[in-house]
Formats: sequence, structure tokens, C-alpha cells
Amino acid sequence: MTQNYPPFRGMAAKRPGGPFVNYTFSKIENKTRMKLNGKSQNKSLLRFTTAGSVDDGKSTLIGRLLYDSKSIFEDQMEHIVQSGKRLGRDELDLSLLTDGLRAEREQGITIDVAYRYFATPARKFIIADTPGHIQYTRNMVTGASTADLAVILIDARKGVLEQTIRHSYIASLLDIRHIVFCINKMDMVNWTESTFTKIKEELGSLVDKLKIPDVYYIPISAKYGDNVVERSEKMTWYEGQTFLNLIETVEIKKNKNPDFKRFPIQTVIRPHSKEFHDYRGYAGRVAGGVFRPGEEVTVLPSKIKSKIKSIDVLGKVLSESIEGDSVTISLEDQIDIGRGDMLVAGDNMPVISQDINLMICWFNECPLKVGGKYIIRLNSNEAGCIVRSVNYRMNINTLEDDIKNISINMNDIANITIKTSKPVFYDSYKRNNNTGSLIFIDEGTNETVAAGMIV
Amino acid sequence: MKTTLNINDEHLKELEAEAIFVMREVAAQFENKVLLFSGGKDSILLVHLARKAFWPARIPFSLLHIDTGHNFEETLQFRDELAKEFGAELIVKYVQDSIDSGRVIEEQGVNSSRNKAQSITLLDAIEELKIDVAIGGGRRDEEKARAKERFFSHRNEFGQWDPKNQRPELWNIFNGRKNTGEHFRVFPISNWTELDVWQYILNENIKLPGLYYTHRRKIFSRNGVYLAWAPFMQLKSNEKVFETDVRCRTIGDITCTGVTLSKATSLEEVISEIAATRVTERGGRYDDKRSEAAMEDRKKEGYF
Repeated sequence: MTQNYPPFRGMAAKRPGGPFVNYTFSKIENKTRMKLNGKSQNKSLLRFTTAGSVDDGKSTLIGRLLYDSKSIFEDQMEHIVQSGKRLGRDELDLSLLTDGLRAEREQGITIDVAYRYFATPARKFIIADTPGHIQYTRNMVTGASTADLAVILIDARKGVLEQTIRHSYIASLLDIRHIVFCINKMDMVNWTESTFTKIKEELGSLVDKLKIPDVYYIPISAKYGDNVVERSEKMTWYEGQTFLNLIETVEIKKNKNPDFKRFPIQTVIRPHSKEFHDYRGYAGRVAGGVFRPGEEVTVLPSKIKSKIKSIDVLGKVLSESIEGDSVTISLEDQIDIGRGDMLVAGDNMPVISQDINLMICWFNECPLKVGGKYIIRLNSNEAGCIVRSVNYRMNINTLEDDIKNISINMNDIANITIKTSKPVFYDSYKRNNNTGSLIFIDEGTNETVAAGMIV
Repeated sequence: MKTTLNINDEHLKELEAEAIFVMREVAAQFENKVLLFSGGKDSILLVHLARKAFWPARIPFSLLHIDTGHNFEETLQFRDELAKEFGAELIVKYVQDSIDSGRVIEEQGVNSSRNKAQSITLLDAIEELKIDVAIGGGRRDEEKARAKERFFSHRNEFGQWDPKNQRPELWNIFNGRKNTGEHFRVFPISNWTELDVWQYILNENIKLPGLYYTHRRKIFSRNGVYLAWAPFMQLKSNEKVFETDVRCRTIGDITCTGVTLSKATSLEEVISEIAATRVTERGGRYDDKRSEAAMEDRKKEGYF
């Protein structure tokens, strides 16, 4: 059925096999292919988020990426075709692939994050397709919070918009270190280099202001596929990588802060069985650095010191565990440790304090109350808190602090100061995302009302 | 036959660590915990991940099976053996009981299935046993409504999902707070794809029911899907039952589980076939073919 339905003009030649079959890189340079082959035995995972409104062609870009990399199945394609017909769309609408909720398809907008998956021989990708509309900022933040890389689409006809600034700001606030600006709809500006260069320059000053460390600019046409998977024949003046090639090769540091050794404890494992009568293990996921048996650790908040006796997973003893590993650690000494406590090592101790200054993104319809009490959750730790002050609200369209307007409503970003009900231990978000991030929970409704990044 | 696929250890390791992290959060944040066990590969995978997460302690969840009564025989046997091997408590609730008590009106006609009725039996079980969290093997790559699901998915006191108003879920900080009577559905393998599941099963040498490998079975064709035949199923006049070599790609209620013609006897062969397929896993699931938003609607009512 897909045979009869070419989704776009200028579509790439059909490749044999199903979506999972490793396709060949017909147009990708030999050098790159060698590099990819060398790596392909051990595929890494890249999580990226896409931002931009429906009109920017975001969903079309994802559709194009999935289509050209053979990641759409026949029944999915059939589904999009039928769905499009029902909705009276003239052209095949690949956004129907990601807009999974009834309301989204009817209204033609993205309300909540949709996750999509695809793989090439080089990498495996998780796409968080996030809504562009300001009223769904909280869902955008949800999708972006776990991303290694952010893709921001810009309509070549319109250039940098307020929305572009807002999305770039949120990406930088969440410490996403790699941003790809896709200047889309190049087909509608006659593929002119000058249009691309002008937008690139405009973005350059934004990037400087936001101090984003790793930035890329690609002129594309998601509709026709130029520079998405296949190199554009219309824009020979562009010498950089295609979008797919870029996301396949961009280097992502998984262990961002090796010097901040952190192990928050989720739960204590005590088997109470005959065989493991004295076993007492601390289960958690390494939130920074590397831990090794024999290493001296400090338990927070008690500050008692001990040594790591063993690190294991299902009976397998490990010689080390690095950031991101879910393991169980046993200590030499019997100490009273529970959920919410943290093992730390090395010279860089977290801050232990009851006062926290942080940036927040407010999610709830009910505005933030100065003097209001909330519950915060920081790793596995939970505490009460009272909002001491709102220091400024960020005007995310102009990137200026707005100190006059300090009423904080849904989707606002602000700098606030809180006092916690007990001393908590943390790092600044820029130093360690895992131990510098927290959520606010409303005691009455149990809803997650804000995300916080410690300054 | 040798598989042409690479074993992608690095990304599987990350997915495993994520799933174990989520399971441990469940253990710490909830009281009455069950793992929804269907006998299918995803729920078998969940049990293995749970064992890894809590070893050497026992799995801190009971296994809950919602039994439609329309099963593949082999699944039940496998279920009982697995529960015994891992020392997990097994709770079985029967859709037949819900029908007998008048809670469920059984669908009639050739396309009738008890698949949808499972939701009511499940919600009744959740209420009766005061379950506050049910871990499920749902994956976001399975279906478009599932692509929208959070790891920690809130259900109100009626067991309903409100997809338009989900709690924001930031980083890996999960908020499982709730009021009495409400519960959570948690999906630790949200980010796994079908192929990830199979490759992990291969890497970890996880035992699966024989149904996933080639076997002789009586089947018939309906709307382009091969369905396993069982004595209680009604056939249309043009449908003929015949016997051939098949395997299951998913296992669920027998009335809505499609089978694949296959001679694959090993995991490697199964994976090669799946890697070359042009249809999604749920393409053979009759329950999703009912309407555009079939899964979204069922999920809102309390389906897995």
C-alpha cells in the first residue's frame, strides 16, 4: 500500500526490507561510513527533543526522518492515509503519526509530548516531540528535561520569532548542551543562501547571550527531504552535515560531571533470607561520577564515613559503576541509612542547607504563592518548603528580568528563594543536573506544580 | 540461520538501568503493589527486571493476572512455573466472574472478545485488593495513545486516565502522591522498542513460552490477520480453519491475538524475522482495529 502513495515529491528511492533493517548510507560520505561501521557494534542512545509550532514543520521533519530512514511500518502508513482522508487533508500529513490523541488530531495541534523511536546502524534515537504552544510549555519542559540535544525549527520565511527565543531559552535553562537550529522551508525562499545566513547571524547573538556550548545550523526542507537524510541538490552552497548525519555523529557526554560523585539511595535491600541473612544493600542509580569498591564514602545527612564493600547487580559483582548505572552498594559498616540519604565521595561535597535559590518553571493554573507551603522532591529526598520570595520573573520573549511583575502564573519562569523544613543536600543544576533539579508538589492536590533548577 | 543484527549493549544497558530505577521508585513510593502479568514477553521481561532490581531480596510485588478464560493453554502453565521459580505471589482474577456477577455484559457476535471486559475485572480487583499501583509492560512504541503515556500515570478514583491533563514528569523525579482510592499505573519499559525487548531477551537468555516459536496450530484468516482458532470462536461462512506452522508475535487474549506464519525455532531466527517485518507488533492485534482511537478510549476506561 505504501507503494501507491508517495508522500512527498522528491522522495528518496525506496529501500528494501522493513523499518528495522539497517539501511545503507547511499549518499553519506565514505569517511563517515567507516566511522559508523566501527561504532555500530555498540550502539549508543541519543535522546532529543523537537521544538517549534506545527507551522514550522516540526512534525513533518520527524515524519520525514522516520520515513526516509524506513522507520514507518505499513499499517502505520495506512493509518495515516485513512486518518488524513477522514480529516479532509489533501496531502499526506505525517504529523498524524505523532499526534496520538483524538483531540490533537481534530485540532491539528500537539498538546502533550509524544515519544518516537528509531534506529540507524550508528545510533538509537528517542524523540520527544513536544508542543510549541505557550499554554503547553509544561509539556515541552517534560519532554526536554531528559534530552541530550534539542532541535529548534525556524520557518525560513519568518526568521527568528519570539517562540524561537523562548524555546532556546528553555533549552539552555534545562542545560541541554547541543542545539540544532533547522532553518526549514528553504524551498519557499528559493533555496537562497543569503536568507539562511541572515537567520544564522540573528541566532548567533541569541546563542552568545544564552551561552549554549554546541550549536549547529542546517538549511532544510522537511517537505522535500533536503538535508534531512539526503543531501540537498538545490543547496550546493551548504557544506555542513545533513540532519541525520549530524545527530548520528554528535558526541554526547553521558558522564557530565565525573568530579561530583553522588549516589542517592532509593530503597534498602534486606532479603531476610537464610542465605543472605546479613545482606544489607543500598539500591540507587549513580547520579554523578564513578564509584568503586574500597572507596571511602560519606553518608549524608549524617556525615558518617564508611567504605564501599561491594557493588552488585543480580549477584554479579562490579568493579565500578558510573553515572546512570542502577546498582546496589553495600558498605563495610552497619549504619542507619534509608531512602533520601545519599552517598558521596571525593572532595566536592554538595551544599547542605535549608535555603535554596532556584529558577522555576511554574506549571499550575493556581499561581505561585509567596509564603505558600509546598513539598519538594529532590532525587529520592522529600521535604516541606516555604516560598520566601520571588526575586524576578523572566520575560522569556526578550530574555530580560522583569522585577516589577512578580506574580507567577502558569508557564512563567522565575527566580525564587525557598526555605526547606530540614537541611537538604544539593548541587547547582549547571554542575550536576541530577542533584540540582527538583519538583514542587502541591500538598492539597498532589499535583506537580513546578520544576526547579538550583542556581 | 545467523542474525544480521548487532547486539547493542550500550543502549540496552541504559534502558535496563532506567527500568530498574523506575521499579525501585515504585517499591519505595507505594504500599499495595502488583505487577500486571499476562504471560506475554513484555510482562515476563518485567518480572526479570524486577528480580534484578531487588536481588537478593524477593520481588516486592504480587503478580496479578486478569484471566479472560480465553487463553492459550501454554501461557497459564508458564505463568504458574515462573511465579513459583521467582517466589512471587500470584493473584488471578477472572473475567468470567465479572460476567457471572453481572458487572460485565459479554459481547456477542463473530468479532466478540473479552479483551475490553478485562478493564472492569482489573478495576474491581484494584478496588477489592486496595491496590495503589499496578506495574504494566506497556511501551510507547506500541501504539499512538501509549506514545503519550508517562512512566507514572495517574488514575482517578474511577480508574480513569486523563490524557489531556497529565502530570508533568521531569527528569527522573517521579511523583506518585495520590488521594485515597486513586491509583497509579507505572510503565518501566516505556522507552523500549519491540526489537529492544527481543534483543534483551536474547542477551539475558530469558525463557519464553513455546508459543513464541514455531508450532503447529489451527488457524483461520479474518480481515487479513491470521487468528488462532479455539472451539468457542464463531466463524463467518467464508472462513476456513486450517493447520500450519505459526508463531505468536504478541500474546494476549486468544480472540484478538494474531499469529504469524513462521518456521523460526530459535530466538535468533525470530529476531531476524521481526527485523524484516513491514507491519507493527499491534498490527495483528484485533482489539486496536476497532476504531481510530480504540486504544485511547480503552485506556481512559482503565485498560492496561
